[in-house]
Amino acid sequence: MINDVLLFFVIGLFAGTMGAILGLGGGIIITPIVTLAFGLDIKYAIGASIIAVIATSSGSTIAFLKDDVLNLRVAMFLEIATTIGAIVGAFLTGIIDPSFLYVIFGALLVFSSWNMYRKLRAGAEVFHSPQHNKLADKFKLNSSYYDKNLKKQINYQVDNIPTGLTIMFGAGIASGMLGIGSGAFKVMALDNAMKMPLKPASATSNLMMGVTATASATIYFFNGSIRPDIAVPLALGILVGAAIGSRIMQLLPARIIRGIFIPVLLYLGLQMILKGMGVIA
Amino acid sequence: MNSKNKNTAAEMEEIEIIIGKIMRVGVLLATLFMLAGLLLLLITSNSGYPGKSFPTTIAAILSGLTEFKAFAFMMTGIFLLILTPFLRVVISVYAFYKEKDTLYVYITLTVLFILIISFLIGHH
Repeated sequence: MINDVLLFFVIGLFAGTMGAILGLGGGIIITPIVTLAFGLDIKYAIGASIIAVIATSSGSTIAFLKDDVLNLRVAMFLEIATTIGAIVGAFLTGIIDPSFLYVIFGALLVFSSWNMYRKLRAGAEVFHSPQHNKLADKFKLNSSYYDKNLKKQINYQVDNIPTGLTIMFGAGIASGMLGIGSGAFKVMALDNAMKMPLKPASATSNLMMGVTATASATIYFFNGSIRPDIAVPLALGILVGAAIGSRIMQLLPARIIRGIFIPVLLYLGLQMILKGMGVIA
Repeated sequence: MNSKNKNTAAEMEEIEIIIGKIMRVGVLLATLFMLAGLLLLLITSNSGYPGKSFPTTIAAILSGLTEFKAFAFMMTGIFLLILTPFLRVVISVYAFYKEKDTLYVYITLTVLFILIISFLIGHH
């Protein structure tokens, strides 16, 4: 038993570190390991993934709040869209064929990976500080953060708010209906659409995905999908990993984080497309 | 940066400190329960429940806690962890209110309201 406990702790450590750096839930790491390597029922894999999302979110948020990297107003504002999306998604289950949605959302992630690649090729990270966006001013969304890698305070502007809200609504539908992509679509909205710098985007995504997951997590908790012998060592590993990852992330150059995103988003997107077309389970 | 922005930044910092403190307490409490349960399980090699079963109702978990059952402690820790993001939204309402940011009190209340609806739908 102690072997399994240690193994889940180490998996959690890895998933938590990567999850905190990228602002993703860690489901891409947890689900395949738990189902393929341990041969567990998908029901328990989903339960473990949702705990992973919450542990990554809460664990990293503590450091990101302390160091003032995330944007609390942007998170709160956009959470209106994700939480409504999650409810709509839950209602659409059984009405819309999920395979169709898998293909669409998968294609969006592949596109998002391509966008990340283009931004990386374009060279230096661009920060849109001087101009003002009316909606961003009204909702006090513009902010600044201290970049530990560049060793300077960076003021940034938030743009394209209606587009951001729309993608966040879609992200909510995806997690409510399919139980996936809690972080990937949020980073896409914040970075691609709303032009936030990558680090606050990833930190804010981390904060938001916990809230999106909390409602469905209670359902899984009470229906017995969350096995304590798996979830506890996993969560403890993730909390430690997230504490480490949230510090590493601030020291990394944004280019490197972007570089990690490209294959991860591409993999996630292709996986979803194949799933939607029925090629993989 | 003009003075309005500075005020916003200072206000944000105070709000973030309040929320950060509460979240740290929540995560720490969850961790303590999970660790206690895990240690109990490893030391006694007894989950406290027959076979592979584990408690999934609040009543069963609470009664398991009084009997020092390992899985009851572990499930309590998980449950507390699940509640931390929800707690974060609740505390945010208070923090924005304390900083007299009415707009964000309403925005956060809206999120809280939608969350509660989704809890209710989920358990229907």
